[in-house]
Amino acid sequence: MIDTMNIIIEGLPTLLKGMGMTLEITVISLVLAMFIGLILGVFSITKSKILRGISTAFVDIIRGTPLLVQILFIYFGLPSVIDINLTAFSAGVIAITVNAAAYLVEIFRAGINSIDKGQMEAGRTIGFSYSQTMRLIILPQAIRRMIPAFVNQFIVSIKDTSLLSAIGVAELTLSGQSIYAANFRAFEILFAVGALYFIIIYSLSLFSRWLERRLDVA
Amino acid sequence: MKMIEINNLKKSFGKLEVLKDINIDVHSQEVVCVIGPSGSGKSTLLRCMNLLEEPTAGDIYIEEDHLTAPKTNINELRQRMGMVFQQFNLFPHMTVLENITLGPKRLKGKSTSEANQLGTQLLDKVGLADKADVYPDNLSGGQKQRVAMARALAMEPRIMLFDEPTSALDPEMVGEVLQVMKDLAEEGMTMAIVTHEMGFAKEVADRVIFMDEGYIVEEGTPDELFENPQNERTKSFLSKVL
Ligand SMILES: Nc1ncnc2c1ncn2[C@@H]1O[C@H](COP(=O)(O)OP(=O)(O)O)[C@@H](O)[C@H]1O
Ligand SMILES: [Mg+2]
Repeated sequence: MIDTMNIIIEGLPTLLKGMGMTLEITVISLVLAMFIGLILGVFSITKSKILRGISTAFVDIIRGTPLLVQILFIYFGLPSVIDINLTAFSAGVIAITVNAAAYLVEIFRAGINSIDKGQMEAGRTIGFSYSQTMRLIILPQAIRRMIPAFVNQFIVSIKDTSLLSAIGVAELTLSGQSIYAANFRAFEILFAVGALYFIIIYSLSLFSRWLERRLDVA
Repeated sequence: MKMIEINNLKKSFGKLEVLKDINIDVHSQEVVCVIGPSGSGKSTLLRCMNLLEEPTAGDIYIEEDHLTAPKTNINELRQRMGMVFQQFNLFPHMTVLENITLGPKRLKGKSTSEANQLGTQLLDKVGLADKADVYPDNLSGGQKQRVAMARALAMEPRIMLFDEPTSALDPEMVGEVLQVMKDLAEEGMTMAIVTHEMGFAKEVADRVIFMDEGYIVEEGTPDELFENPQNERTKSFLSKVL
């Protein structure tokens, strides 16, 4: 028992660094995904067939292929045909970003659609343009309703980042692997890795449930 | 001057033709009430007047500007026309005062203090001076509709459109809303009003238009239309609602 604790405590600084990396990638990706998701979400509800097509194609392609394949494709596949040199970190951020964006498109679309269409009409009637009405009237209401879904997507993306270990990003999972590759104590280290994920994810889901309750009341 | 001129207006939703050759002129300071059975196209007609619905054919002029021309600045034109909806459509994430001042601040370049002053004046006019900082969810239906009118008036429109503004209200709140509309009419506002309130139409309208199945069946002064209707369909409708 004491031995187990020691193994974990020894590994902890490395694991915490990995956890920092996991959170960093998730936060950066979610912020970027928010923009893409918003833009493509608005595309998906416009009258323009082309814009709707772009949005649908993006969502279908990303959702229709495994994340691990996307990660490998961006890191190994793309540089072999186009002249870019991505670090594992950047490739990881791109993969997590596009993936989260594909889900956020749906969240934005549903959120915007959940706002009564009389709100858009009232805004347009005052004399606001479509985009002004979106910005001042529709999105502030829609985003409020989307907050719990955002938090859930954050949780999903945290779990997704563990796949970035496959391209050598030193996030939490790979940090664990590197430790037990040296000390052969896979059980203890993976237990600690799991516990760290669980702590973040469980607190977030409590937060999300709390938000859901609070926003319902308001 | 003609405030609204509608020539040969047609509107279809898919195969369903809802407006079939509508011609109307509304003159400055005139109050026109549109009555007719449910589904006859009254709302669609009103919504065509500010392009919430795109006409299928025909022309509409607002203060002699060609509303239905492709290069018309629709956002500017809409600022000259206020609209009040059956369902109020207040912005629930803003206070009453913010609802009213949003347009003047963002579209007319008014400063916050100018806009607030205007907003307070308008709230006073509709009898809700004490509700400035309340959120719409905490208002009764009649209060919401009066805020909606203040919000529309804040843009200083020259025409007001009303689509059954009292239909969603409890009976005891109808009067307070109609009173604000009467005051507006007396001040000389040009108004087009879709309504089921025949008493109000009789008292306030300069002209009443009876619509059925997408046509204007009959129009005239309240006296002509209510006391001496010519068309059988008008007679049968009035016998049901009066
Ligand atoms: N957006 C729409 N799409 C399809 N049909 C519609 C739409 N809006 C109205 N209609 C139809 O047009 C007809 C006239 O509707 P409306 O103008 O609302 O009548 P009224 O206001 O006189 O009750 C109805 O048959 C209605 O079902
Ligand atoms: Mg109607």
